[in-house]
Amino acid sequence: MAGFNKTNITPPRWLLAELTYKCPLQCPYCSNPLDYAHNSSEISTDDWKRVLSEARKMGAVQLGFSGGEPLTRPDLPELVKHARELGYYTNLITSGYGLNEAKIIQLKQAGLDHIQVSIQASSKDLNDHLAGTESFQHKKEAARLVKKHNYPMVLCVVIHRKNIHQMAEILAMAEELGADYLELANTQYYGWAHANRDLLLPTREQFEKAEKIAQDFKKKVEGKMKIYYVVPDFYEDRPKACMNGWGTTFLTIAPDGVALPCHSARDLPGMDCPNINDYSVTDIWHESKAFNFFRGNEWMQETCRSCDEKDKDFGGCRCQAYLLTGDMYKTDPVCRKSPDRQVVQDAIDAARDSALSTDEKPLLFRNSKNSKTF
Amino acid sequence: MTINTALPINFSPMHRLQWEEAQQKDVILYPEGMVELNQSSAEILKLCDGTRNLDQIVADLEEKFSTTDLKNDITGFLEVALNNGWIQQN
Repeated sequence: MAGFNKTNITPPRWLLAELTYKCPLQCPYCSNPLDYAHNSSEISTDDWKRVLSEARKMGAVQLGFSGGEPLTRPDLPELVKHARELGYYTNLITSGYGLNEAKIIQLKQAGLDHIQVSIQASSKDLNDHLAGTESFQHKKEAARLVKKHNYPMVLCVVIHRKNIHQMAEILAMAEELGADYLELANTQYYGWAHANRDLLLPTREQFEKAEKIAQDFKKKVEGKMKIYYVVPDFYEDRPKACMNGWGTTFLTIAPDGVALPCHSARDLPGMDCPNINDYSVTDIWHESKAFNFFRGNEWMQETCRSCDEKDKDFGGCRCQAYLLTGDMYKTDPVCRKSPDRQVVQDAIDAARDSALSTDEKPLLFRNSKNSKTF
Repeated sequence: MTINTALPINFSPMHRLQWEEAQQKDVILYPEGMVELNQSSAEILKLCDGTRNLDQIVADLEEKFSTTDLKNDITGFLEVALNNGWIQQN
């Protein structure tokens, strides 16, 4: 953007490799694009290796293999091996579905550092309902095998209105499975979660009750388990410092090779996100329109422009501003200072009405059939 | 938690200590996270290899940097490291 000094560009530290949109599960809060089924192309093993090498050379050090379900890519062990040789800290972010002991050993030998397993709920019925697939026992077994083979393990549970009442049981499950870290990820309302927001957004009372249970547990397990708590920003006074600032730290590569400053950025209008088939990673990071679009704070309008907290939260999330107000330049409306804050209250009220209604509509599950309607 | 002076100290197998060329510094890597280290912190952690206790680490570093009086600083840092899970004593 005009006025931004390109000499201030910091190198990427975090590379998120979304290897595929294929996934055996159908979670209704998936962060993948709603229309993912129209875009099934995937870049090759050699393309991925080149991207990993280039980003590592620039300074990226944390690498997440994600998706979709990354285990559906048969070249995953080969990519892990390449990444580990380059010196990345390699994270596998998986549903656990399809993760058996032979695969765990194979990935360990390839140099995988850490496995994050997601579980949808603390009970079989609810887990299998939310995942759209019978998977609860398999996931728990996968988590046990991850620990058996001495990986650090993050257990990730996405929290929303359908499972927030299970908070105490979810914490007990994490302890029983031997998780080193528990990520309690309050749902962020993008992609499929945005489409299902009325059915997923908890009430403030539900959220506060669950948070208290989680905070008490955090003290109890201090020194044994760390809790990563992703706050539900609809109930906050200030927006999150999204992506640690646009184009400062995070680089996401989508399955088709499109490079994204955040995983929802391709939904923003006029972003023209570049593809690794056309440019080097260095060119993408430094020169592309997309990565420079919201760098620095020259792009800001009021309320952010004159705010003394603009260097702390960077105006919040551009995708949330766009989804909720239709204008991606506006202050993230979860901010109490935003003149658009009412849209967040309206969303909270609509979700509460939905929860109280006697004929609540069904969840829209993330699968190819539903995706093709977008 | 405090350091047990009798026991050797080792770096946690759940973390990785690594030199980062692009940043020109040592870092600790762990699931989805990173801590950047200054030079003295990195020097201390590199000696946490399971063969030395606190006094031996202090002695080695005082000799390496031809100085004395490092014990308080090193103890303070190692307690931070222990409480963050970067090191352990079995």
